[in-house]
Amino acid sequence: MDILAAVDAHAVQWGAIVLLMIGLYIVMTRHNLIKKVVGLNIFQTAVFLFYISVAWVREGTAPIVDEDAELYSNPLPHVLILTAIVVSVATMALALALIVRIRESYGSIEEDEMARVDESGRR
Amino acid sequence: MTLVDQLPALQVAVPLIGAPLCALLGRPRLAWPFAVAVAWITFAIAIALLARVLAGGPIHYTMGGWPPVLGIEYVIDPLNALVLVLVSGMAAVIMPAVRLGIDVEVVHRARHLFLTVALLALAGMLGIAITGDVFNLYVFLEISSLASYALVAMGVDRRATRAAFNYLILGTIGATFILIGVGLAYMMTGTLNMGDMATRLAGAADTAPVQAALAFILVGAGIKFAIFPAHAWMPNAYTYAPSLVSAFFGATATKIGAYILIRFVYSVFGADFSFDVMKIDWVLVPLGLAGAVFGSIVAVWQDDLRRMLAYSSVAQVGYIAAAIGYGNHDGLVAAIIHVFNHGLMKGALFLVMACVIFRLGKADMASFRGLGRRMPVTMGCFVAAGLSMIGVPATVGFISKWYLVTGAIEAGLWPVAVVIVASSLIAVIYIWRVVEAAYFTEPPPGGDAVAEAPATLLAPTVVLTALCIVFGLATGLTVGVAGEAAGVLGVAP
Repeated sequence: MDILAAVDAHAVQWGAIVLLMIGLYIVMTRHNLIKKVVGLNIFQTAVFLFYISVAWVREGTAPIVDEDAELYSNPLPHVLILTAIVVSVATMALALALIVRIRESYGSIEEDEMARVDESGRR
Repeated sequence: MTLVDQLPALQVAVPLIGAPLCALLGRPRLAWPFAVAVAWITFAIAIALLARVLAGGPIHYTMGGWPPVLGIEYVIDPLNALVLVLVSGMAAVIMPAVRLGIDVEVVHRARHLFLTVALLALAGMLGIAITGDVFNLYVFLEISSLASYALVAMGVDRRATRAAFNYLILGTIGATFILIGVGLAYMMTGTLNMGDMATRLAGAADTAPVQAALAFILVGAGIKFAIFPAHAWMPNAYTYAPSLVSAFFGATATKIGAYILIRFVYSVFGADFSFDVMKIDWVLVPLGLAGAVFGSIVAVWQDDLRRMLAYSSVAQVGYIAAAIGYGNHDGLVAAIIHVFNHGLMKGALFLVMACVIFRLGKADMASFRGLGRRMPVTMGCFVAAGLSMIGVPATVGFISKWYLVTGAIEAGLWPVAVVIVASSLIAVIYIWRVVEAAYFTEPPPGGDAVAEAPATLLAPTVVLTALCIVFGLATGLTVGVAGEAAGVLGVAP
C-alpha cells in the first residue's frame, strides 16, 4: 500500500519516469533510424512533462492576474519548456533531414544494412 | 554605458548576428572574408574581456538591464575568460583556412551554408562559456550541438551522415540529461541563476533531488565531454567530418564539456557537496584513467590518422576528467591548463590532417609515407605538436603533464601518476608510427606533384604549432590564469 500511496502522490512524475525509460529503451534497442528518432522524442517529451508537473501549485490557478485568485501556478517552467520544445523540434527536423541524406546515399535506414554497405564499400 | 561595458553581450551577439548575414551574402567568395572578420572581432573581444577580468576581477553583466535572478546574468571570471579566448582564438586561426578547405572536404550542396553553421556553433560555445544562468546554458548548448551535427554531416564521405546521426542521438541524450539535472536543481531552489542557486543549494545538500541533479548533470556533461565509456560519438564524427571541423571541435567541443563539468561541480554545487557527499572522485578518476589507457592503446592500431587523433582525444579527455576528480588545487589547475593546451595541440594536429588531405585526398598511414621530404613544414608541425602530445619538455604538453602528475601525488594518488606516465609512453608509439612513415620510408612512386599545402592552410597550422611551444616556454599566462580561476572557484592551494 505504501508504494501505491507514493505513486498516487506523484502520479505525473511517475508517468514522466516511465515515458523517460520507454524513450531511452527505444533509442538504445531499435536499429531503424526513424524509430530511434521517435524514441528520442518520447524521451524529451517525458522531461517536458516533468518540468510542467513541477510548476503545479496545489490549489493554484492559471498564472493570469485575477482579483479573486490568491495562489498561482509557477509560470516559469512553462516558459522554459516552450523554449525546450522549440529546441526539440529543431533536433527532430535535423535528425529527419539527416535520415533523408542517409537514405539517399545508403538506400536504407536500417543500421545493420548500412553497416553492410560500408563493409562492402571498403573491399 | 560605453561600448566596453557591452563587451560580454557582444561576445555572443557578434557571431550570432554574423551567421545569418553570412547566409545572406551567399557565395563563399563574399561570405568568407566577412566570417574571418567576425571570428577575429570575437577573438579581440575575448582577449579584452580576459584582460579586464585579470585587472579588475569578475565581470557581472545583466542582460537587458534586468536585475540578476530575474533576468539572465553573464558572469565572467578567469575560468570562462580563458575558455572564451580558447574557443574564439581557435575560430580566428582556423577560419582563414576555410576558403580552400571547403572546396576539398565539404559536400557541394552544403558549401554556401558552411560558414553560417560554423558561426552558429561558435556563438553557441561562447554562450555556454559566458552565461551565468543554467537554463541559458542549456539553450546555448543545444545551439552549438545542433550546429555541430550539421557541420559533421557536411563531410564528403557518406559515413559522415551516419556519424552525424549517432552524434545527434548521443548529444541530445546528453543535453537532455543536463536539462533534467537543471530541472531538479530548479525544483529545490526556485532559481536559475548560478550564483543564487549555489547559495540556496548549500542548505539542501542532503535531499535526494539535489543529489540526483548532480548525477544527471555529471552524466550529461560526461557525454558532451566524451568521457570513456561515453566517447562513442567522437571517433566517427572526427574521422568523417571535414578536417577543419575536426580541428575546431577537437580543440573546443570536448573542452566545453569539461567547462560545464567544472562549472557545475565547483561553482554551482560546490566542491564540498560534490566530493564529500556525492564522491564524484570515485567516478571521475577511474573512468578518466580507463579512458586514458583505452584511448592511447586503441589509437596505436588505427590506420586513418584522424581516427587515431580522435582516440588520442579520448585519452586526453581522460586526463582532464581525472584531474577534475582529484579535488585539490593542483588537480583543478591541471584540468584548466590541459583544456587550453590540449586545444592548441589537437587543433594543430588536425590542421596537419587538413593540409595532407588537401594534397592527397586522404589521411591513412600509406599516404604519409615519405611525406617528410615532400611536405617538410607540415610534417615538422606534426612532429612538434606530436611531441607536445607526448609531453616532452619545452612544449605545452609537458606543462600539462607536470601539473597532472604533481596534482595526483598531492592527492595521494600514486597509482594515478603512474598510469598517466604510462599512457603518455603509449602516445610515443602512435606518434612514432607516423614519424617513421613520414621520414624513414621511401615515398610511393608517382607522387612527385605533392607539395606543401597553400599558405592559407599552412599558416594556421604553423601558428598553432608555434603556440604549442610558446606557451610551453612562457607558462606565466596559462598557469597564472588557471591558478586564479581555481582561486575564484574556491579551491585554495
